[in-house]
Amino acid sequence: MADVLLKGIEKSYGSVDVIKGVDIEIKDGEFVVFVGPSGCGKSTLLRMIAGLEDITGGTLEIGGQVVNHIQPSERGIAMVFQSYAIFPHMTVRENVAFGLTIAGASKAEKEAKVNEAARILQMEHLLDRRPSQLSGGQRQRVAIGRAIVRNPEVFLFDEPLSNLDAALRLDMRIEIGKLHKSLGATMVYVTHDQVEAMTLADKIVVLKDGYVQQIGAPMDLYHKPKNLFVAGFIGAPSMNFLDVEITDRSSSHARVSSELVSEFAAPAWRDGLPGSGRVTMGIRPQDLHPVETGGVLSGNVTLAERLGIETVVDVALKDGTRMLVSLAEDRVFEPGQAIELGFDPERAHLFASPAETARTAA
Amino acid sequence: MASKLTRSNRAGWLMALPGTTLIAAFIILPFFLAFAFSLTNQRLASPNPTEYVGLENYRELLGLAFFTLEPERDDAGVVVRDKDGDIKYPRLRKFTRNNPDFPALQGKREWFSWQSGDNRQVVLASDVVFMKALVNTFTFVFVVAPVQAGLALALALLINQKLKGISLFRAIYFMPVVVSIVVVSLLWQFIYSPGDGLLNNILSGITFGLFEPRDWLGNPSTALGSIMAMSIWQGVGFHMVIWLSGLQTISPTLYEAAEIEGASKRQAFRYVTWPGLRNTAVLILIVITMQAFALFAQIDVMTQGGPLDSTQVLVFQAVERGYGKQDISGGSTISVLLFLIVLGISLLQRWLTRERT
Repeated sequence: MADVLLKGIEKSYGSVDVIKGVDIEIKDGEFVVFVGPSGCGKSTLLRMIAGLEDITGGTLEIGGQVVNHIQPSERGIAMVFQSYAIFPHMTVRENVAFGLTIAGASKAEKEAKVNEAARILQMEHLLDRRPSQLSGGQRQRVAIGRAIVRNPEVFLFDEPLSNLDAALRLDMRIEIGKLHKSLGATMVYVTHDQVEAMTLADKIVVLKDGYVQQIGAPMDLYHKPKNLFVAGFIGAPSMNFLDVEITDRSSSHARVSSELVSEFAAPAWRDGLPGSGRVTMGIRPQDLHPVETGGVLSGNVTLAERLGIETVVDVALKDGTRMLVSLAEDRVFEPGQAIELGFDPERAHLFASPAETARTAA
Repeated sequence: MASKLTRSNRAGWLMALPGTTLIAAFIILPFFLAFAFSLTNQRLASPNPTEYVGLENYRELLGLAFFTLEPERDDAGVVVRDKDGDIKYPRLRKFTRNNPDFPALQGKREWFSWQSGDNRQVVLASDVVFMKALVNTFTFVFVVAPVQAGLALALALLINQKLKGISLFRAIYFMPVVVSIVVVSLLWQFIYSPGDGLLNNILSGITFGLFEPRDWLGNPSTALGSIMAMSIWQGVGFHMVIWLSGLQTISPTLYEAAEIEGASKRQAFRYVTWPGLRNTAVLILIVITMQAFALFAQIDVMTQGGPLDSTQVLVFQAVERGYGKQDISGGSTISVLLFLIVLGISLLQRWLTRERT
């Protein structure tokens, strides 16, 4: 088992910089998820850890050893790909044993290790099948089996569930979580699905445009997003944003208001937040609720989605700004109905203007 | 009342008619005519009526006989030798021409023979030129198919890389395919030309004059080999492109997975590339085999089957007989035999390379 240390990691393709100086510390046995929109560099970063991409700048350490120029097979890693990457002409058994075959292991050793991996993943009955006879979930299981057999210090997952349908994705997510607990290995997991990130991770790394936006435990990211991007990316449906003006500022709070928002005091702890002027206020749909009178916001219902366990209401404010409200109950709203919204002021987030936030790399 | 379906079908058939007619007239009809002609004595232009002759044409082509020629002996039973000490044999034509004791040898000629004790074992054929053509064609196929396929794969592996200017190499290797085979044959005649041909010049240049210039196409021992080399050069680019398309269907992720598992380049080829090319390999082998059996233009332009029938091949013989000698039934018979050979080999290849489960 080993920790993974990324120091000032950079990657460029010719003149295009993809990763622009990334520092991440992954502790031994930790489950770290890289999350971000497509093109943010998360997969590139993972492939650099795997050794499939050269590192343009910075150092990468696995288990205290600098591995920038070490072959993938000697880094003590195993990787599970989005497309499974299992060999179509080999049986499941041969696929799982592939690394051992390459290393010239004995038949008995192969047999023992393959059976062990099959037992962990509960796929003993699949061992003599060919990949074409397997479902997507089973194929991904085979790929994970092949990783387990390598007995790696670090598992790397590159969007392993993206090719699966929703129900299977949930199952496999739970399995991967269990696997991490039972093996206790370091795992680095790339996804664009924030639900996977929130449920699996000990630590989430949010990436955008080649920069780390924030690193932290899932609930830290949810409750204390450092910037607009993280706030908007983590949580579903995503956070509502409104421009407001600071009227008065104390050390911990700022009084804000705008034409749409009645004045209230919001917590103001973020770095770079100005003492006055325009800022962006964020409020999660789950923190908004309809009130009879005296709401901070008011508007009209344009659409209500009833999901049974929750109701998502699309509200248009006076100037047309859309706000999403998520209520943890089944309630009926008529389109066009006037609605007033209230929230706990402590749940509001204040961010510096977007232009400034974009440059704030963690 | 015709339903809408049949009416639109009729329009469809009508539109398909011109194409179908052409295919029927120039491909399907000749194919069956070849079978029909091969059973007759049809000539290209002849005043005599066509007669059905059964398998006579096939017998004339394929007739083989084996004969042990015993040496001449004097009255004491001692083997007679000529003044060089060589054993004297009776002349073969004593047995093959109107000899009622040896009806099986009637009209046959010596194909090849070997010495066994005092006796000479002779293999006779009804049609020695056809037999030579058959052997040459098979030699050509068995050399060209694996060498061309192997070279094409090697080239495909070389150009299947992300390097600057790699498409230039692709274009260069593919160029001979685009040039007409007749033009290529003419050019290579210059390369092979005796005396100061390009090949002779190069060879004597790099051996500092030690190499004796030779007549590549005029010598029975080098003629077929020269045509093989040139044919491989001409066709290799085409098969390279087919291999390349096969290579590009293999997911790059598989190579990455193999790399992470510690596979060397050679192991990656063995476990990822080669299994991934199975279907391509079957296709290429069948295509090359069929093309090699159809060898004609090079022979027609460069050697006309010579010297001493050393480059006679089946298609050239079929054309030579059918149109040169106006013996269309003989030409058809060769075509039918060629068809059966190619069909047989393709079925065999399919069976040998079948997916084992």
